Amino acid sequence: MKFTKQTKRDLYTCVMVILFYVVIQVLDKAGVLSFHIKGLLVPLCYYSIAAVALNLVVGILGDLSLGHAGFMCVGAFSASLFSVAVKESGMPAGLRFLTALIIGTLMAALFGFLIGIPVLRLNGDYLAIVTLAFGEIIKNFLAAVYLGYDEEGLHVAFKSFQLKGEGKMLINGAMGIQGTPTDSTFTISIVILLLALFAIQNLVNSRAGRAIMAIRDNRIAAEAVGINITKYKMLAFTVSAAIAGTAGVLFSHNTSTLTASSTYFGYNVSILILVYVVLGGIGNIRGSIIATAILYILPELLRGLNSYRMLIYSIVLIVIMLINWAPAAIAFRERYGIRAFIGRKRENSGKEVS
Amino acid sequence: MCAMLSVNNLSISFGGLRAVDDFNIEIEKGELYGLIGPNGAGKTTVFNLLTGVYRPDEGRIFLEDRNITGLDTVEINKAGIARTFQNIRLFKDLSVLDNVKIGLHNIFTYPTISGILRLSSYFRIEKEMDERALELLKVFDLEKEKDSFAKNLPYGKQRKLEIARALATGPKLLLLDEPAAGMNPNETGELMDTIRFVRDEFDMTILLIEHDMKLVSGICEKLSVLNFGSVLSRGKTSEVLNDPEVIAAYLG
Ligand SMILES: Nc1ncnc2c1ncn2[C@@H]1O[C@H](COP(=O)(O)OP(=O)(O)OP(=O)(O)O)[C@@H](O)[C@H]1O
Ligand SMILES: [Mg+2]
Repeated sequence: MKFTKQTKRDLYTCVMVILFYVVIQVLDKAGVLSFHIKGLLVPLCYYSIAAVALNLVVGILGDLSLGHAGFMCVGAFSASLFSVAVKESGMPAGLRFLTALIIGTLMAALFGFLIGIPVLRLNGDYLAIVTLAFGEIIKNFLAAVYLGYDEEGLHVAFKSFQLKGEGKMLINGAMGIQGTPTDSTFTISIVILLLALFAIQNLVNSRAGRAIMAIRDNRIAAEAVGINITKYKMLAFTVSAAIAGTAGVLFSHNTSTLTASSTYFGYNVSILILVYVVLGGIGNIRGSIIATAILYILPELLRGLNSYRMLIYSIVLIVIMLINWAPAAIAFRERYGIRAFIGRKRENSGKEVS
Repeated sequence: MCAMLSVNNLSISFGGLRAVDDFNIEIEKGELYGLIGPNGAGKTTVFNLLTGVYRPDEGRIFLEDRNITGLDTVEINKAGIARTFQNIRLFKDLSVLDNVKIGLHNIFTYPTISGILRLSSYFRIEKEMDERALELLKVFDLEKEKDSFAKNLPYGKQRKLEIARALATGPKLLLLDEPAAGMNPNETGELMDTIRFVRDEFDMTILLIEHDMKLVSGICEKLSVLNFGSVLSRGKTSEVLNDPEVIAAYLG
C-alpha cells in the first residue's frame, strides 16, 4: 500500500509515542525512575489526550474553547460514579474500567453536543467566554451536589443529608467521590493516547475533516460549495469533548479521591491545556503532545529550584513561543519544508461578501 | 423548454440604498452570459442574491423549473449553482488538491465513521475523489501544483483554482465574479480559452461579471448592463455594446 505524506506524518506521531513508552519501560526496568517521576506518567498522558482533543477545536475547526476542563470533569465524574457503584459487584476490573471509559467518553460527548448547540452560533471571543462559563458551571455544579442511595432509593440534594440504614454516599458535595478504583496505568493511558491520535488524525484526513478545515479557512466559501456548517462544527466540537472526557476518566481513575475543585477542573486548567496547544502549534497534533510533555514535566523537574521554578517555566514558554511564531522561524520552516505548524490569520468576518 | 436561469423583478435594499432594483435576466442552457456595469452597480450583489447569501426583498429566481428563491446557500449549491468570488476565497491553508476535493464534498460521499475507522469505502471513495479532482486540475493546468498550499499559488492560478473548485460541485450554472481581475493580458487570453473549454466540455451555462471588455466581447454571447442597481440594457453582445445609453453610462 502506498502511504500519502500525511499518513506518514501521522504514523511518525504514533511511533514517537510508542518510542517514548519503550524508553520509559527500559528506564523503569533499569530502576532509574524515581517514584515521583513515575507518578507523572499517567497525568502526562491524559493532558496530552486533552491537548490533542482541544487542538481539534482550536486548530482544525478554528474556534477558541476555554471549557475543555469542564468536559474532562464530566468524563471523570460519570465514569467514577459508575466504577464506585459497581466496585463491590464482582465485575472484573478490566471490564469495569473499559465500561467506565466508554461511559465517561459518551457522557462528555453528550455534554459537548448539548453545549455546542447554543455555543457554536457564536464567534471568536464570545465563543471562548461562553465555553469558559459552561466549564465553570459544570465544575461548580459537581462541587455542590450530593448524591447517595439507601433503602428508600436515590437521593440528590445541594446540601448534606443523612442516609437511612444500609446506604452509600456517591458524590459527597465538595468532598467529591471517594474510593474510585485506581485502574489507570501508564500502559493503558498510552494505548488510549494512541487511540485518540488514531481517531483524530483519521478524522482530520477524511472528507469530514476537510469540511471542518474548510469552515476554518473560509466559512463563506465552504457554504458556497455546499458544506453544512452547523453539522461539521457540531461534529468537531462533540468529538473533541468526547475525547477530553476520556482524558477525564484516566484522571479520575488515577487517584481514589475525585473532587471538582478549581485546581483540577477550573478554567485555569482549560487555559493550561490551551497553552500546550498553542505552543505545540495550532493545528499540529504532534506538536500538542510534544508541548505537553515538555511543559508538564518541566515544572516538576524544576521543583528543587523552588522560587525560581515559575521564572524558568515562563522563560521556556516565551522561548518556545518565539521559536514557533517569529517570522524568521516561520520563513525557515517554510523554506525547509518542515510544516511543524500552521501560522494563519483569521479571515475577516465582515458581513459584505464579495 | 424553460431557461436555465430566469430571474423576475429581483430587488434588495441595504438601509436606504437600493443595491439591486427590479433586476430581470433569462439565460438559456449552454449560454455564456456577461454581466457588466460600473463599480458599485450591484453586480456582486446579484450573485449574492442568486446564491442565497442575501434574501431578496422582492422577486423570484428559477433554476430551470425550480423556484429557488429564499433557499440557503448550501441548498442552492446542491440545486446546481456554483460561484467564484471577486475577492478570492480559497481554503488557503489547505492543498490545491484538497480545495478541489472539498468542492466534491457532496458528489462523493462516505460516512464519517468510515473515515475515522478507515473502512474500505474510505479508501475507495477517496481514490475516486483524487482522480476526479486531478482531472479538474488538469483542465486548469494546475496538476503540478496539487500539493502546494492554495495561499502560495500566484494570483492568476488562485482564480483558476476557484473555478475548478466551483466546477467540482457539479453545477448546472456557474457564476464567475471578475475571473480576469488582476491577470495580465496573456493570462486573460488563456482564461478565455479555458472558460470556452469549460462551457463546451462540461456543457455548462456560465454567467460572468467582468470589467475587461476584451474578455467580455470575446467570449460572451449575451450581455446585461447594470447601472445603479437596475438593468440599463440587455441582449446580444454586439447590440448592447453599441447601445448609446450603455456607451454614455459605462463605456464612454
Ligand atoms: N451587505 C451590504 N451592506 C450594505 N451595503 C452593501 C452590502 N453589499 C453591497 N452593498 C452596497 O451595494 C452596492 C453594490 O455593491 P456590489 O458589490 O454589488 O457592486 P459591484 O457592481 O459588484 O461593484 P464592483 O464592480 O466594484 O465589484 C454598493 O454600494 C455596496 O456598497
Ligand atoms: Mg463586485
